[in-house]
Parts: sequence; structure tokens; C-alpha cells
Amino acid sequence: MGVEGIGARVTRKEDKRFLTGKGRYTDDMTVPGMKYAYFIRSPHAHARVKGIDASAARSMPGVIDVLDGKQLQADGIGNLICGWMIHSKDGSPMKMGAWRPLAVDTVRYVGDAIAIVVADSLGEARDAAEAVVIDYEPLPAVTETAVAMAAGAPQLHPEAPNNLIFDWQLGDGDAADRAIASAAHVTEIEIHNNRLSPNPMEPRATLGIYDGAEDHYTCYTTSQNPHVARLVMSAFYNVAPENKLRVIAPDVGGGFGSKIYIYPEEIVCLWASRKTGVPVKWTADRTEAFLTDAHGRDHVSKVKMAFDADNHITALKVDTIANLGAYMSLFSSAVPTYLYATLLSGQYAIPAIHANVRTVYTNTVPVDAYRGAGRPEATYLLERTIETAARELGISPAELRRKNFIRTFPYQTPVIMNYDAGDYEASLNAAMQAADWAGFEARRATSEANGKKRGIGMSCYIEACGIAPSAAVGSLGAGVGLWESAEVRVNAVGTIEVLTGSHSHGQGHETTFAQLVAGRLGVPIESINIVHGDTDKVQMGMGTYGSRSGAVGMSAVVKALEKVEAKAKKIAAHLMEAAEEDIVIENGELKVAGTDKALPWFQVALAAYTAHNLPSGMEPGLKETAFYDPANFTFPAGCYVAEVEIDPETGETDIVQFVAADDFGNIINPLIVEGQVHGGIAQGIGQALLENVQYDANGQLLTASYMDYAMPRADDLPSFKLSHQNTPCPSNPLGIKGCGEAGAIGSPPALINAITDAIGNNGLTMPATPMKVWQALHAAH
Amino acid sequence: MTKVTLTVNGRAMSGECEDRTLLVNFIREKLGLTGTHVGCDTTQCGACVVHMDGRSVKSCSILAVQASGSTITTIEGLAGQGELHPVQAAFKEHHGLQCGFCTPGMVMTAVDMINREGGSLTEEKVRAGLEGNICRCTGYHNIVKAILAADAEMAGGRQAAE
Repeated sequence: MGVEGIGARVTRKEDKRFLTGKGRYTDDMTVPGMKYAYFIRSPHAHARVKGIDASAARSMPGVIDVLDGKQLQADGIGNLICGWMIHSKDGSPMKMGAWRPLAVDTVRYVGDAIAIVVADSLGEARDAAEAVVIDYEPLPAVTETAVAMAAGAPQLHPEAPNNLIFDWQLGDGDAADRAIASAAHVTEIEIHNNRLSPNPMEPRATLGIYDGAEDHYTCYTTSQNPHVARLVMSAFYNVAPENKLRVIAPDVGGGFGSKIYIYPEEIVCLWASRKTGVPVKWTADRTEAFLTDAHGRDHVSKVKMAFDADNHITALKVDTIANLGAYMSLFSSAVPTYLYATLLSGQYAIPAIHANVRTVYTNTVPVDAYRGAGRPEATYLLERTIETAARELGISPAELRRKNFIRTFPYQTPVIMNYDAGDYEASLNAAMQAADWAGFEARRATSEANGKKRGIGMSCYIEACGIAPSAAVGSLGAGVGLWESAEVRVNAVGTIEVLTGSHSHGQGHETTFAQLVAGRLGVPIESINIVHGDTDKVQMGMGTYGSRSGAVGMSAVVKALEKVEAKAKKIAAHLMEAAEEDIVIENGELKVAGTDKALPWFQVALAAYTAHNLPSGMEPGLKETAFYDPANFTFPAGCYVAEVEIDPETGETDIVQFVAADDFGNIINPLIVEGQVHGGIAQGIGQALLENVQYDANGQLLTASYMDYAMPRADDLPSFKLSHQNTPCPSNPLGIKGCGEAGAIGSPPALINAITDAIGNNGLTMPATPMKVWQALHAAH
Repeated sequence: MTKVTLTVNGRAMSGECEDRTLLVNFIREKLGLTGTHVGCDTTQCGACVVHMDGRSVKSCSILAVQASGSTITTIEGLAGQGELHPVQAAFKEHHGLQCGFCTPGMVMTAVDMINREGGSLTEEKVRAGLEGNICRCTGYHNIVKAILAADAEMAGGRQAAE
């Protein structure tokens, strides 16, 4: 491929605007007459709302209006929904409690929105919010996953007795039980997956603009999927019909899952704009982000892994409770089920697997997909368990993994997934070599001599990206299809616009999508623009999450390009009086193979638009659309190795090296792929060592700022050693698998396996803070 | 309302604001320079770093009225129109940014770091120097690489000039 095509280390086209302060994020938008919104939120984790008195606030300086949930309900705005139906094992549907965009009778978590103040300035809106009197009757609250179903626990929704949302299972429980009963060895472990806050650096924001003359709404919003936002706001929340609602997600400052969902604020600002007649902008401050952005993870699980006498895994049995918070967020039900239990085979041939998952309501922020979404939980559980088993069985962690690797493909797991391709041993070998695993004992001895504890740990992850095909996810309960669309629009001068339903919020689509086109046509990358994030410009699309933009979004571009190329070839053949099948596209020209006859790309484009001399019956123009629905998920996999040194005096962990060996299939741009892995690893290290969402017994969020929630900083992290082993994915035309989440999936168990190796105590929960490590170390010795 | 006068990116600018207005909000809302960002409310994230009288400050930690009379450089004024400062160029070359939101603050901090300790930066020093800037996308790996590369290049430029 050329210097700008697939595989090239092209620096990003979008960088200059971000580097020079010319990025356009939602909060940067101003429109004439715009006013500012401030949301009044519950200070209680659980309370009845007995009355709201906004009379004093309404007459304060600068205040346009104060609006509440009763008015919203009276105007017919619907409740928020969860878009993935899960049925319990008794056949009953999940118990979805009502989530009103503005609470009316009851608030269920600290941060639950109750009313909105619209004023000339944000300061005036805040001042007025202080003057709104809300009469609360506090109720007891429950926040902890493991106790939400306990007898006597406070009840959140009348629809869900015992706070149980669903009790779901996957796999063959009897087969797993039989294998466990006859096993030579059974490893049992309890696994906690700590609760996290995604924390994209740009806080959520929205600008709602109602145009009374056209009865039309425009919504600027920090979304990973503006078309899905429009669909949901139209079809379920009754904001406006789709043709009267334009959703624009301009530059978006990171998402990591938290900007997939449609939150109350978008809906309320659009409605408030109509009520007040002015454009209404709201931007979260960081505390609000902690209080309202969907959290991630928060599982507790009991695990049994059975082995035969030859150390082959014969069964895995998992019993998980997942905390979904106070309400069911948009895709919350899919995360601890079809994105979690389906990955419990990991990289291993396990004949019998059974997972039972109960999800519960608690008086906490709703929980939904966060980078990895279910797959980090599955990987952490599996990789901690197999590591523990290796220690119990007295064999090396690499040997136990090798013995159980899946080696022939396609491989049908007992938990739905059909792995299409992979080479797990290649990544394991690469990671161990890069980490100099063989030299570890000598390094450990040096550390010991210096009074330090040294440990090494690995994790072999698999994940599933590009969730598909639509018919399959539909049969599992998804309310949407998971295809992607693309339009390739060749201008009359030969420059190209690619419209995609994928959305870039840091992933570099403006570069990678352009590389695909530049490589295929041989035209300069500067002549290609990628258009995304605006429902008025781009036809329907499903957005960016689950590492789907490459595997699904770019595959849609390939399909549209194939149509454009076919038409261009017909035109070129006609103009050069050659056979259509003899035309090849190379280096920006359409050539007659085996001759010196050629037409430049722009000339063929021009011919398509002048339409003076086209093949008989051909329509003018050169623009094609495609919708691509993949045949399968993709299955990125890899092996991560962490090596740590611990100061026994302080319990502080120093990550002395971190190695990642990933198989993402074919790679479009190594520079960008490496960046995705770096960022994912940093978030995984954050989960393993630093980050934890902590509530107190009353449901107050104790970690609602960067003073209290430990975000990974530059001096917490090492530089990372990366390598790639590329087995192309057979399930999409580009052979790519997706790389956005791997780092966050593979790294936590590698870290905890390394730390527990160093301290000789397996009973350690994330985050492994210095205090916890110190306590575990001293308990062990 | 109080009148605030500043020299911003080489131009005299003024505007009226409430006394409680933070410098970052004055820059974004009154001056329309939206490259300086707000990522937190506790002066931790560093997305709002600008240079005030030649030194980096978090513009969320100072009132606009306090800054009145000073000379401010924001990300928009770091290089000439259409050009990139060597630090900006290094961030592009080494993929030191993804979503771009923390980037202006990172770049302004990095320039200040090089201004103060140019030529003697190490990975350890750079990581310590970035303690007040949070990035959620890059894992800092390429930011550190970019700053070290820019430092080396600028040090080379200074030597050549001597």
C-alpha cells in the first residue's frame, strides 16, 4: 500500500484544529439569544418529593423560568428506557422501573434531576436554584451490590420486588455441575469488579434550540451516536418526530461509553427551549459528571473452575450479581449478560460453562457500558481464576494457559460465541519474550536484596467487537440493528466526501477512513473529507462504541466504494472505448490494463457530472450509499504482562514494565492503534490500582471530584511496550477486529496477578491501593 | 459588573464581567476564545492552562478581575496563524492527542515546562511536570514522547542560534 493507504503511519488530519484551539465542542457553541440551564438535583439518595416551590426563584434577577417534572409529564414527554430486553430464566421480562427525565414523586439517587432553572447567565441560574424550595421526605437507601436483594433492604421500584431486575442464565448448568462433581481439582474464588466513572475529559453538554416558526428542534450534544439519540428521543421520549429533530454531535471530547446513552438533560433542554422560547445550553461541571454520567462495572461473583487430572479445564460456573444503579440505562441490561457471559470461555476450550446473572437496583447512578463493557468483567474473572488455579496446582501460569488454549478455528464456545480466527499462543509468546519472563527470577532476587517485593503477572484476554449481525442481536433482545452506513460522494472535481454513521470522539476517523479511500483510489488523502455527527448531513447510522467503527463502519465505506468504483469503471470504459472488466483503478487513474490508456480520476468524476457522454441509460452523478451488516462479531485477543515492584514499608506499587501483545487483525494505522492501546491500558491500570466509585451508607457519593476519585496521572504510569500479532479477521472485508477496548480489558488482571504474586496473598481487591496492598502483604507474612 | 482589561495573544481586549467570573470563563465567553477548556471544578485537570505574564496558570484558579492588566497567551496565540509551535508540531507527529479536549492545557503546560527546564528534561521530569494535567485518552505515553521530542528539537534550535 502507498504511504497514505491502509497500514501507513499517517499523522492525523484532525490534529491541527485541536492543537490550535479550533476544536468545536458542544460547550463552545453559542447562538443568538442563548440562555443557560442549571439542573436542580436530589441531595438525597432516596426520598419522596412532597412539593416544589419555585415562586421566589422565578422572580430573581435574570431568571427566565423554572420548570419541573409535572410540567414535563403534562407535555407528554416520555420516560427514559432501556433498549435491550432480557428475560429471566423463568421467562418473565426484566423489571424496568419508571425513569422520568425530571423526577416527580420520588428521587432514587444523589444527582437525580428534579427541576431546571433557565437564566441569562449560569451564575444567575445557580443563584435561583438555591431559592427553589423542595420538600423531601428522606427514605432509607441501599447502595451495595451484594446486599441489594437482602431481606429488609430498601425497595426502589414497585415493579421490582427485592430490587431484582432479572435473574438470567446462560449455558448448561447441569453439565457444569456434573463436571465439577467429578473434577480432580476445583478452584473457587470470589471476584469483585470495582465500580468506575468513565470520565471523558469533556463533561457532557447540550444545547437545545427550538424554532417555533418551523416547529423544529436542533440538539447539539456530546454524543457517541447522534442518530440513535434522535431515534430514541423521537420514538420513545416524544420530543419531536425525526424530521423535526436535528441532532449534532460536533467535536466530542472522549466518551468511553458514557456518551452512548440519551440522558435526561438533552430531552429537558429541548423541551425547555420550546417552553421558554430561547435556546437553552447546559454543561455539566465535573461533580455533576460524577453524579450523573453512567458508571461502569460493579459486579460481585462467585466462581468455580474445574480441572481434570491432566489440568484441562472441564467446567466453569459463575454466579454474578451486577449493580445497575437506580434506573435501567439505555444498554445496561446487555452489559452483564450478552457482553459478559458470552465471553466466559476466554481463550480456553471449556466444555461446560454456566453463568447465572442477577441484576439489582440500588440508590446509585445508573450503570451501563464503560470501555470494554462486560468483557473486562469476564476477563478479570477468568484470568484471576486461572492464575489462582495455576498457583493451587503448582504449575506455571503460562503452561496452564497454553494447555487449555483453543487452537482450531472456527471454534464454537458453549456460550453463544463462534470464534472465527486467532492465534493465542503467538501473543503469549510475544508478550513473554518482550517482558523477558525468563529473566524475572533474577530481577526478583535483585529487588529482594533491595528490600522490595517483585511480582509478575499475565492475562490472556479475548473480546468481541462490532456486535452483529443485526438479526442475531435482535433475537437476543436488542431494540436496534447494529449495522453501519456510509455514503461516498465524489464531487465533480474528483474530491471526495465520505459520510459515515460512525462518530469520532478521539479515535481519528477523519484520518483512518480517509486512508481507506486514499489507498483504494490512489488519490491524495487531502482530497478526502470525512463527514460525521450530524443527522441532517449523514443518513441513518449507529454510532461508535464497542470498537465497531473499523470493523463495521469502515466495512460500510468499502461497500459504498465498491459501488462508486464499479460506476467509475463503466464511465471510463465507455470514454476509452475499452471493456469494463479491463479497467483498473491505480494511483488516481482509471487505466486500461496492459495498455498506456488512462484517465485521471477527476476526469471520470467530471464526466459523471457533465453527463455529456455517459454509457446509454446511465444516471448522472457519482455518489453511492451502502449499509453493511456484519456476519459475525470480531474477536481481538492478546496477552498482557505486568511486572511490579512493591515497597513493603508503604504498600506502594511501582509498575516497572507493562507489555501488551495484541492481535487486532489487519491494522489501518499503527500510530492510532497504538494510541488506543495506550489509553485503554491506562484506564485498566486506573481500575486496578487507583479508581473506585465509593458511596457511604446513606448513598452520598464520596468520590465526586478529582480530589477524591483517583484518575491516573502521568507520574502513575510507565511507558508501555507494544507489539501486534495479526491474524486477519475473516468476517469483514478489511480483516480488522477493533482495538478500542482491549487495553482496558486485558490490563487489570495482569496487574492484580502481578501484585498478588509479589505479596504472596491472593486475597486482594481492586483498586490495589497502597493501604490494601500493605494490609494484604502484612496479613500474608 | 467590573471592567477587565487584558492583553491577549498580543491584542488589547476588555470586557465587563461579574466579580465572581473566573478568568477561564472570561476568556471563553467574553473573548470568544474557546480553545481554553474547563474539565473539572477543583483545579485538578489542567484543561484551562494559559500563560499569564509568561508563566503557566490554571485559568480556573484565578478571577478575571485579578488578572486585569496582565498579558495572557492562550492556545490560539501560541503560534502564528496557520503555523504550529514546535510543541504543537511534536504532539501531531507523535500522536500526543486523541479527543483533543485536554490538549490545549497540555500544550501550554509543556511549553512552560520547556521554557523553564528546556534541554534538561527527562521522562521522569516530564511525567512529574504533567501532574496537574489529566488526559483520559492517551495514557500519557505519546504526550511524554512528544514533549521530549519538542524539547530536544527546541534545544537544538537554541544551540544553533548561539
